[in-house]
Amino acid sequence: MNAAMLFGLCGAALVGFGLFGLVTNPQPLRKILAFNLLGSGVFLLFGVIARRGAAAGLGADPVPQAFVITGIVVAFSATALAVALLLRLFEATGQATLSADDAEEDSR
Amino acid sequence: MNFALNIFTVLAVAAGAFFFLAGTVGLLRFPDVLTRLHALTKADNLGLGLIVLGLLPHAGGLLGALKLIGIWLLVQLSGAIVTQLIASLTRQDGSRA
Amino acid sequence: MTVALAFDIGLGILLLAVAGWAVAACSTYAATIAFIVYGLLLAIAWVRLFAVDVALTEAAIGSGVTGMLLLSAAARLRVIEPAAVAAGTPLRIAVGISCALISVALAAAILFPPDVVFTLAPAAMAHLPESGLGNPVAGVLFVYRSLDTLLEKAVLLLALLGVWSLAPDRFWGGIPGLQVYRQRNAILIFFAQILPPLGIMVGIYMTWVGADHPGGAFQGGAVLAVMWILVMIAGLRDVPPIGQRWMRLLVVVGPVVFLAIGLAGFALAGAFLGYPAGYAKPFIIVIEVTLQISIAVTLGLLAAGPPERIQPQ
Repeated sequence: MNAAMLFGLCGAALVGFGLFGLVTNPQPLRKILAFNLLGSGVFLLFGVIARRGAAAGLGADPVPQAFVITGIVVAFSATALAVALLLRLFEATGQATLSADDAEEDSR
Repeated sequence: MNFALNIFTVLAVAAGAFFFLAGTVGLLRFPDVLTRLHALTKADNLGLGLIVLGLLPHAGGLLGALKLIGIWLLVQLSGAIVTQLIASLTRQDGSRA
Repeated sequence: MTVALAFDIGLGILLLAVAGWAVAACSTYAATIAFIVYGLLLAIAWVRLFAVDVALTEAAIGSGVTGMLLLSAAARLRVIEPAAVAAGTPLRIAVGISCALISVALAAAILFPPDVVFTLAPAAMAHLPESGLGNPVAGVLFVYRSLDTLLEKAVLLLALLGVWSLAPDRFWGGIPGLQVYRQRNAILIFFAQILPPLGIMVGIYMTWVGADHPGGAFQGGAVLAVMWILVMIAGLRDVPPIGQRWMRLLVVVGPVVFLAIGLAGFALAGAFLGYPAGYAKPFIIVIEVTLQISIAVTLGLLAAGPPERIQPQ
């Protein structure tokens, strides 16, 4: 059991947490947050693969690390767009819900 | 000489860790926003300062030591600013802890 | 059980606990703050995995700017917080079991790795001296997989266009609705006067040193973006309208220069994004500097949001 395996198990658990939060949380902002958790868990799995590929005097394989950096920036872009969409939905309708039933119920 | 420096590092970092522990206990146990902020500043100033002091012999030259001290000063600055902002908001709105 | 392993175990437990709190917290505010704390702990975990560039990116962009975005959205949405209807218990149990199965499958993949470890580290290090870089991650980002970096910058630009397109027609070209302190808060103004000079220096240093040590354009650009956001929030400078020519120029200068160097590679080195032998470092420096400026302005504008008014306050 070394650091790589430990953080790999953490990453697997984080994927589970993020997926659970994404599906069961009713509020879209919490879903976006859980999506970010899910993404970071996947990035940790990449990091474990990088650490296992340590060779040539490096501590970790640089190629998966570059992928993770790219992934973090892309995940931030997606989050920014999602949050802007959510705030626009809130401004336009007064609710921030993805469910048509809830919206009807609240407006009645 | 090396042994004495290592002892100094261990003692200073342990003392800093004690202040961080005290700050965390204060954060969890104090009843009010203002008292909790007071506990947190102890961790920021003294705790981090002692840890930085303990790590200075191992910092790798004068430049590394200056960077460590710079980090401590920046953390103090941001901690003080955020503490003041939260405290002034608490005084305006009444405690919403 | 070494000290390092004990530290890793403690960090892993703390990471999972804070992530669980972020998912299960009652109020959105608490969940967002838990997410920011989680991001900082994750940065330490990345350092333990010997990926310091990733740790810097996670702390700056993954936890810092994303956390700021989520916090401001949570503040705006606080009024409708109590109206949400929680999911029913049978659904939670079913989803919980499925997620647990997925986690167990991933954990099995981690615990029983393949025998042959396929690594590209020797290949990456073999050609690194030719490019003049000392940081292998920078080598992958700007030499071996520079196409990915160019497309990543294009994704940032597309996200910015997407955010801007959410404005009502009458506000197009107007001023973004970044939430600014209404009253002149002396403490915040003091902070916004003291920190940005240091922050700009740190940001430029991070990009410059990224050629040989951990750092890079994305991390440095994020620090610059945050300094700009701080100045705007404190009210020292107005949020610029999105129709301004200089701002649009700064946003596109990074990808345009990158693309131009890529197309010039056809003539100079025989391939798209190829560098001429012996002259790789100057081209990479030009790419990194323009990319950092573009990233700083783009991240700041993404955090500022779509335009909401025309008149300056």
